[in-house]
Amino acid sequence: MATHLLKEKPFRWTFLIACCVFSAVHGFILHYWLGVDGPNAWMDANIHNILLFIAVAAITQMQAYYRPVRMRYVYVAVLTTVISALWLLLTLVILRAVFPKDAVYLQWLSDTAPVRFALGWLMLMGTGFLSFIMYEMEDQRQALARKDAAEKMAREAELYKLRQQLQPHFLFNSLNSINALVSIRPEEARQMIQQLSDFLRGTLKREDQSWIPLREELQYLQLYLDIEKVRFRHRLTTELVTDPGAGEFSIPPMLLQPAVENAIKFGLYDTTDAISIRIHAWTERDVLFVSVTNPFDTDMPATSRKGTGFGLNSISRRLYLLFARQDLLETKTEGNIFTTLIKVPQQHDKDHFDR
Amino acid sequence: MIKTILIDDEPLARELVREYLRDFPQVEVVAECNDGFEGLKAIQQHQPDLLFLDIQMPKINGFEMLELVDKLPQVIFTTAFEEYALRAFEVSAVDYLLKPFSKDRFAKALQKMLERSSGINPDLLDNAAREMPMQQNRVVVKINGKIKIIPVLDIHYLEGADDYVKIITAEGAFLKNKTMTFFEKMLDPQQFIRVHRSYILNVTQITRIDPYEKESYLAILRDGSKVMVSKTGYPKLKEVLGL
Repeated sequence: MATHLLKEKPFRWTFLIACCVFSAVHGFILHYWLGVDGPNAWMDANIHNILLFIAVAAITQMQAYYRPVRMRYVYVAVLTTVISALWLLLTLVILRAVFPKDAVYLQWLSDTAPVRFALGWLMLMGTGFLSFIMYEMEDQRQALARKDAAEKMAREAELYKLRQQLQPHFLFNSLNSINALVSIRPEEARQMIQQLSDFLRGTLKREDQSWIPLREELQYLQLYLDIEKVRFRHRLTTELVTDPGAGEFSIPPMLLQPAVENAIKFGLYDTTDAISIRIHAWTERDVLFVSVTNPFDTDMPATSRKGTGFGLNSISRRLYLLFARQDLLETKTEGNIFTTLIKVPQQHDKDHFDR
Repeated sequence: MIKTILIDDEPLARELVREYLRDFPQVEVVAECNDGFEGLKAIQQHQPDLLFLDIQMPKINGFEMLELVDKLPQVIFTTAFEEYALRAFEVSAVDYLLKPFSKDRFAKALQKMLERSSGINPDLLDNAAREMPMQQNRVVVKINGKIKIIPVLDIHYLEGADDYVKIITAEGAFLKNKTMTFFEKMLDPQQFIRVHRSYILNVTQITRIDPYEKESYLAILRDGSKVMVSKTGYPKLKEVLGL
């Protein structure tokens, strides 16, 4: 939605000054040129113009909140005409009430009604279309900006995915673990090679970016967690809880991964105790909720924990580009437990932005 | 006998080193540690000749740990992070093993160690530690045998003495065996200003600046302490504060 034009300072001032100028010119012409009596002329000018400007403001305001998708021009034309008629009616009623006994003035007033209507209507129509066009332009600019951001995001996601596919440190450390297992527990080495291959294949397969069922995404994350379990043994336990039905809800691929990586980084890499990472998925009406919970080291200065950088930011930006909402990613800290909550609304044009 | 300690947060990585070491009966593993804290304790206790040290570990990283060791043994780094290799050699580590490494590569590293007698060069450690990304926002100190991590933002000011620096925070003062120049380079120059030969000041802590003697000033901090600002330090302070 466009911001209301009159909320912008320059517009507001132009608007107020124009109102005063119109009133002054109007009164001046009535009094000095047409010879209308002073009080009548100034009252007429003020009522006529103040109401007119209120009507202009009302039209601008209405357009900021609502513009139809079809028949837009007709809508503006009809709206301005109706408001012009209402404005004239109100002006006449008020002026009659102010000067009930001044027959000459009243006669003159009703004679000038068509001219007033024509002038007012032109004015309202003009400003109505003008603000309409400005709002449209603003909307277009925002849509463009969003599209740009979406494209940039897609590029970044591409890079991220590349980095993800390689995950050099994770990969090298895993290979090092396999290296150790080969001689001491060959069976486990074999199993880990299998897990690592499945995980890497999963990463490569994500070429097509259409949404996938949560169930699939979780299977993939489970592989990742299982590999970390081999590396860190008893220190890591994981708990994946999917409420009935939630597994079938869909989710953009790789959306959860940064949250889980974050949990691993701060929960596992940066702590020394045995820890548990819990992923819980549930649904409420048409929204899929996924929470990732991990402990962290409270001794670590908060500043060094902030370096999450890309991870959670990328989730929140991606959600924003998909749904134009900022409230779909929440994080909270309770004691030494950090929780990331991701909400994925389901009623959505799934291929629109998320390439 | 060559006493050695393995410091790595992955048990399997330690098992691998242990296994490779079987070919070197003259090397004895006296301790295995999961992180820098444990490592520090074990080093104190066993006074080893050699360390196998991972870099990325919980709590404090490998370089930070070395900073706190009094008598440095020889060090072979073992890590998956290629980017620290240069740093490692700068601190004159014996060798730098990139995970996963082969038995041959490991043997070479040990050979190198056996041929060398000198340990790591503590003066060169400054550089390495400073370049670590995590290092920039915290300082690790030892107090009464315990390790304390100080976020740099918590530092009120630093006071230099001969061969150590006093770090003043809300929780008290801590000593670190470093030079003022080290901190001057490490800390963000937009926030920490060398206002005097012996003082580096966190500008966010200043409440007011009073004239003192001729051409020198006194900065009053929120905690009430007073810090001398010299003739050369004052312009720097003015510039950062935008006066």
